[in-house]
Amino acid sequence: MDELKLYTNIAVFGSFALYFGIAWWARARTTSDFYVAGGGITPVQNGMAIGADWMSAASFISMAGLIAFLGYGGSVFLMGWTGGYVLLAMLLAPYMRKHGKFTVPEFIYDRFYSKSARIVAVVCLIIASLTYIIGQMKGVGVAFSRFLEVEYDLGIYIGMVVVWVYAVLGGMKGITYTQIAQYCVLIFAYTIPAVFISLQLTGNPIPQLGLGSTLADGSGVYLLDKLDLVVTDLGFKEYTTDNMGGTLNMFAYTLSLMIGTAGLPHVIMRFFTVPSVKAARASAGYALVFIALLYTVAPAVGAMARFNLMNTIVPAAGENLAYSERPQWFKDWEKTGLLKFEDKNGDGKIQYVADTKTNEMVKVDQDIMVLANPAIANLPNWVIALVAAGGLAAALSTAAGLLLAISSSISHDLMKGVFKPDLSEKDELLAGRVVMTISIIVAGYLGLHPPGFAAGTVALAFGLAASSIFPALMMGIFAKKMNGQAAVWGMVSGIGITMLYVFQHKGIMFIPGTSFLGGMEANWFFGISPNAFGSVGALVNFAVAFAVGKATGPAPAHIQQLVENFRIPKGAVAAHEH
Amino acid sequence: MDNNTSYWRENLRLIFICLAIWFVVSYGFGLLLVEQLNAIRIGGYKLGFWFAQQGSIYTFVGLIFWYSSQMNKLDKKYDVEES
Repeated sequence: MDELKLYTNIAVFGSFALYFGIAWWARARTTSDFYVAGGGITPVQNGMAIGADWMSAASFISMAGLIAFLGYGGSVFLMGWTGGYVLLAMLLAPYMRKHGKFTVPEFIYDRFYSKSARIVAVVCLIIASLTYIIGQMKGVGVAFSRFLEVEYDLGIYIGMVVVWVYAVLGGMKGITYTQIAQYCVLIFAYTIPAVFISLQLTGNPIPQLGLGSTLADGSGVYLLDKLDLVVTDLGFKEYTTDNMGGTLNMFAYTLSLMIGTAGLPHVIMRFFTVPSVKAARASAGYALVFIALLYTVAPAVGAMARFNLMNTIVPAAGENLAYSERPQWFKDWEKTGLLKFEDKNGDGKIQYVADTKTNEMVKVDQDIMVLANPAIANLPNWVIALVAAGGLAAALSTAAGLLLAISSSISHDLMKGVFKPDLSEKDELLAGRVVMTISIIVAGYLGLHPPGFAAGTVALAFGLAASSIFPALMMGIFAKKMNGQAAVWGMVSGIGITMLYVFQHKGIMFIPGTSFLGGMEANWFFGISPNAFGSVGALVNFAVAFAVGKATGPAPAHIQQLVENFRIPKGAVAAHEH
Repeated sequence: MDNNTSYWRENLRLIFICLAIWFVVSYGFGLLLVEQLNAIRIGGYKLGFWFAQQGSIYTFVGLIFWYSSQMNKLDKKYDVEES
């Protein structure tokens, strides 16, 4: 076994042992432990746990790569995935915490006094969470197969067992404490390589400042200016101004991601674990501090990775790297198929240009930008080993949060809430564990056999959360007179229009060939891409709900009293059964 | 107007101020006015680009903490704190 593989094994299995230890120490004994960690988590702890819960394989592995190739256009992910926390802190979390129940559909049921509203919420939650989980499972498989040369399938099996142990045993309590550990692992793994690379390129160890600094080569040229120059020379769009489909599309995309973030049930649920309304507000702040640590480093990682990649292939204008002299990391990633070279003009040198006819780097997968970044920058082996453990921590922590959201919505909302209200606490706890086990098996199966629509799934998850859950919750709190019927109609039309738009452009259930309007940009509504359409769905939801509400009259007096009650913090108790 | 209603009014006013700032730094400076702001530079950053990829995020963090501290004061003022 070579040195790199040894270090990687130590980092990965060492971190797993840590998670198991924590799971044993924090096992769940009551339904309150299982759903809301007993309600005794402090804001700083909850902030870290939210950070790990939220930052998925996509944030850790893919986001910096997306920014590297989109440049300024990648800002939609940075603003969208952080701005949602402002909405959570001010519009949802404190009031939902005050209400003091276990799950998001339960809040919707109490507020809209309607079983159909609860079922619609459960269905949205399950679709959004399951589609999201496929991505995490794939992330686990990829991390194992790339770094430990384990089969992709075996990697997923190992991941399933690890999650099963601490999620089923510990419920929300075990998940919370493991997520805190996973946050530490992932943030360390993300920032260490970034610090090294920033130091190498600019002499400034803080990546956020390095990105705005001059290059360390003594030329006195700013890194971003040089990057703009290099990419435009090769025919690519200017890095700092490339605006991804125009301002309106970026606007709608950012808004969709923001309200989608605020409407994701596995994140909202975490706010039920703190002891007070005050603590719920503070946790949103701490969560964003911990998230911002990664999100402000990511643009530096993206730009610097692109810079290093360009510099390796085209060291100086008109001087291209010979294919036979390509570095080791190039060869390693070629084997995985994520990097592909085709010598179109037969000169043995690598041409990397924007024009697809003459471009010879026929494939550069965005995920490489984070995974291969330490190797491209010649960093020591232990840093590369850390990245493997960090990617796994990001994927596993998010998967666990999603699994809990799914299992609680089935065992608590459907079984106990709708079908069998006399379920005892002990039986409900058992049911929660059984449902979670089944969810893990389903998630693993979907990771092993990703359905055709896997590629479009993140868009679907955010679209659903943005167009159904967020508006329903917000109106539940801010529109006191909104009645149940209006909320259900709003949710159904919001999801309906979003799904219709996504399917008509990307195929029904993403099956190729079934898209009846084609993926062509010419058919996009005002140039808004399907991924960005959740914000339009949310507007439709609000409009329909207010129209129906106007026609059907105000909510009953006791419901308006309930709203009055959760608007003020006084009298809050820990999240409870009934 | 009763105590709880005034508390809620003040809360809405605070939310409105915060969301106005939230909108201006991200959608305003980061997207709609990005070209104009890009004419200004801080170090190697064009200002609009900086807001889109750095500045808006720092502002979001500050906003949440400011809102929380203002709300804690409001809770005291109207005596609606948790016991």
